[in-house]
Amino acid sequence: MGGEVRSYKCRCIVKGSGCGEALVSREPMCFYLCDPETGTVIEKNHPLQGKSLAGKVLVLQSGKGSSVVQVDGFYQLWVKGNLPAAIIVRETEPVLVSSAVVVDAVMVDRLEEDPFEAIGDGDWVEVDAENEIVRVRGKRQG
Amino acid sequence: MFLTDEEKRMLDGQSGKGVMKAMELLVALGKAFDAERMIPVTRAHVALSGQEGDTYWCGLLADGGARCKVPPTTNPAWDVASLTKRYEVTGPELELALRTVEVYRRIGAQLTFCCTPGLATNVPNFGEHIAFSESSATPYVNSVLGARSNRESSVSALAAAVVGKTPLYGLHLDENRKGQFLVEVEAPLEEPYDWGMLGWHVGRFAGSRVPVFSFRSLETRPSPESLLYLGAELNTSGAVPMYHIAGLTPEAPTLEAAFGGKIPGAELVVTKDDLRRQEEALSEKAGPVNLVMLGCPHYSYGQIREVERLMQGRHVRDGIAFWILTSFDALELACRSGERERLAALGVDLVADTCIDEPCWKSFEGGLGVTDSPKCAYYRERRGQPFVIRRLSECVEAAVLGEAR
Repeated sequence: MGGEVRSYKCRCIVKGSGCGEALVSREPMCFYLCDPETGTVIEKNHPLQGKSLAGKVLVLQSGKGSSVVQVDGFYQLWVKGNLPAAIIVRETEPVLVSSAVVVDAVMVDRLEEDPFEAIGDGDWVEVDAENEIVRVRGKRQG
Repeated sequence: MFLTDEEKRMLDGQSGKGVMKAMELLVALGKAFDAERMIPVTRAHVALSGQEGDTYWCGLLADGGARCKVPPTTNPAWDVASLTKRYEVTGPELELALRTVEVYRRIGAQLTFCCTPGLATNVPNFGEHIAFSESSATPYVNSVLGARSNRESSVSALAAAVVGKTPLYGLHLDENRKGQFLVEVEAPLEEPYDWGMLGWHVGRFAGSRVPVFSFRSLETRPSPESLLYLGAELNTSGAVPMYHIAGLTPEAPTLEAAFGGKIPGAELVVTKDDLRRQEEALSEKAGPVNLVMLGCPHYSYGQIREVERLMQGRHVRDGIAFWILTSFDALELACRSGERERLAALGVDLVADTCIDEPCWKSFEGGLGVTDSPKCAYYRERRGQPFVIRRLSECVEAAVLGEAR
């Protein structure tokens, strides 16, 4: 079955809570290069190209791109209801923080372990930003 | 982060929902950067873009009752009154442009619609703590004027304008304003164009670090426009909110002062050939053009005069549009002093309040343009218009011939 649940402390950047399947991006992302209609990453040569962020818990290296396009990217995904359920950031940067606040995208950082070690694609993840806790249940084997 | 009782009340919503949202953003930023507390800002500049995302944010704050404590100046969108007479836009594009003006007026901004606030309309003093967004403006106010601003986004600058404060981190602190790597410049730099090309070249290499430029020989002092172009391109190809020029910018009286101690070896030496190759790499291949576009960042009054001098009374070739984007005050001066009328007679149009990256220019898409600004070319590319990048005198020749060489 689902395996044990591991809990990690984190730090709240944008409050709220969300849960979903994990999607891990070891590369920074520009949210403008997502299709707002589906949440699918359309950036050429991005490791997540073709995958949808919608409803996932995104484990993200960092943000990239100008502030205008990043904010608009978050906004367009929010309007269509295709934002990630929560975002766990490894390296926080100001434009990413600002963009998340504008549309109330739940965001945490400083997971007590390297999030790339603690969380893998497809794990079930609950982010409770209010209480600064992330719970991870490994995906079913086989 | 330490918050005063008044700041806590703002965050709790006791000053209204708009102020609460603005404060949430500032506190999130402050936490992310381990700011110890908030500090007052005395000026702000908001790089509104006329895109949905930031117009939504301004509307959200204004609808929540927020008004700017520090009235910010604003970036251009596009001059609806004059450009709709010339070019077609869709209903939603027009509606968004009008809504943008309406929400920024309501929140109490100064509607300057100009991307060069540091040159004329919103000029900070040395050491002043401010919140300036706009990629060309942030490096200018930090490096040339010695004011202190982080690399703000339009949304964080607006939040600071509403609250009148910003978290104390980054370039507000002495230790983060020191140079981080040395660039030796051998290339001769004559006009804003050359400084812009240097900026693009070094920005690619810099990431978000603070460069210190050391010149083999700097015979003439660079103009404010040249320094503006340097920062605009550094902060477009890279994410550079501040630079130093040894012996010239105010926080770099000497190389040692620029680095705050030990001077590292040069990481980069820039030659004339490097800049020529950079131009070649950036520019689209030469050919017939449908548009000459100058003013990214906005042309100053002095640059408008320079265009008239280079035109030498010749007319722009039929079928080619020649636009100079400028600030409202420079445009007014050009009206009073006669340049606008004389240039119009030659086929050169001036427009204020307008950015190159707006839907009003879409009738030129699919064709080739020519500009003196790599930043212009970079953003127009996304909208489907490639640009030949050339110095101003060559842009003027392209306008007369109908073809970039």
